[in-house]
Amino acid sequence: MNDVSKLQDFTKGIIKENPVFVALLGMCPALAVTSTVETAIGMGILVVFVLTLSNVIISLVRKLIPDEVRIPAYIVIIATFVTIVRMLTQAYAPALYESLGIFIPLIVVNCIILGRATSFASKNNVGRSFLDGAGMALGFTLALFTIGFIREFFGTGGISYGVYLPLATEGKLLNITSPLFNIGILTGPAGGFIILGILLATFKQFDLNKQAKLKALKKAEALSKAAQNKTLGGLA
Amino acid sequence: MSWTIFFTAIISSMLINNIVLLRFLGVCPFLGVSKKTESAMGMSLAVIFVMVIASFVTYVLYYFILEPLSITYISTIAFILIIASLVQLVEMFLKKYGKKLYRSLGIYLPLITTNCAILGVVELNIGSGFATEFGILNGLFVAMSTALGAGLGFALVLFAFSSIRERLDQAPLPLAWKGVPVALVTAGIMALAFIGLGGIV
Repeated sequence: MNDVSKLQDFTKGIIKENPVFVALLGMCPALAVTSTVETAIGMGILVVFVLTLSNVIISLVRKLIPDEVRIPAYIVIIATFVTIVRMLTQAYAPALYESLGIFIPLIVVNCIILGRATSFASKNNVGRSFLDGAGMALGFTLALFTIGFIREFFGTGGISYGVYLPLATEGKLLNITSPLFNIGILTGPAGGFIILGILLATFKQFDLNKQAKLKALKKAEALSKAAQNKTLGGLA
Repeated sequence: MSWTIFFTAIISSMLINNIVLLRFLGVCPFLGVSKKTESAMGMSLAVIFVMVIASFVTYVLYYFILEPLSITYISTIAFILIIASLVQLVEMFLKKYGKKLYRSLGIYLPLITTNCAILGVVELNIGSGFATEFGILNGLFVAMSTALGAGLGFALVLFAFSSIRERLDQAPLPLAWKGVPVALVTAGIMALAFIGLGGIV
């Protein structure tokens, strides 16, 4: 039982309560840094680092912080980790640092991180907060990767690697030179909005279909039960 | 020093580098409070107000305290604390001396601390190095003009978008597209229109 709930702490953020697609949080980075897959993954890694560590620290000190200054204290903790991450990125991945630009300091005001701090880490123990933070951040990374993949693949016809992340090699996967995979607006600002809108509508449609199916199933069950009762009643 | 520099700063941050549509800052309030024109206007007024004051305070803080002491690496922490306390201060001040303004802006002010448009514009101001380009004092005014333009751009887009959204609510849409998805696609089309303004200045 305990193991199951622990696993749920981790997995719920990835798909069921995905911060971007379900909770609609962190829209700014989801639109701004997803013009290529690499910047999307880079942002995701930074958020994994910040969210996991800030959740752990906030959960550790949650009983020491008075309720009135909760939010400012959380913001300072988060801002500290963002500063650390910023310096590390500047030192080890300068190209990523350049291309993410102001969106690295803006992790401080990312609603996902403060939201998890107030709604989860301030109420639960360290282990659970760690799992929750890691799961949510991975869900965020997955969402960013999805948007980035669609935008880069349909915008340029391939996925380049080694440009922003410090990888050993540099190159391009899936190089397709067809006008169908060269939709210029997708890599621009407008593409971000449109692709995210289409993705949200698609996920909502899946959800609606599932709900309709469940409803139909319940109805059929109730009908068959009623019929059974009737035949039973007739026999009696 | 001619006035054209300030005018250019306002126009370019308002239309050419519109913070919502082209820089993706403040998308959350853009989607959150744009359902009604009235609340959209209240929010944008609060944003303009805080943005200009915040860029003044952070500029002074950065160039007169952080840089002389060479502790610019804590700028992010300093800025977010400044913005949070500034919002609180403005709220208290308005509550006491500007009852009417407080009634219209009051509920939007607490939301502004976590509005990434404010921190974003402040960071952009410092990052674009106005102080080295125009001198420290003129740089301050250019930074404030940029913030004013950015706030006005936010207001313009929010106003236009809330008007569109009021009509979109009446439109016969598929259930899955209602609300945020169609709003995002609309914003995308607006962003396309704003790209066309690129050559003004």
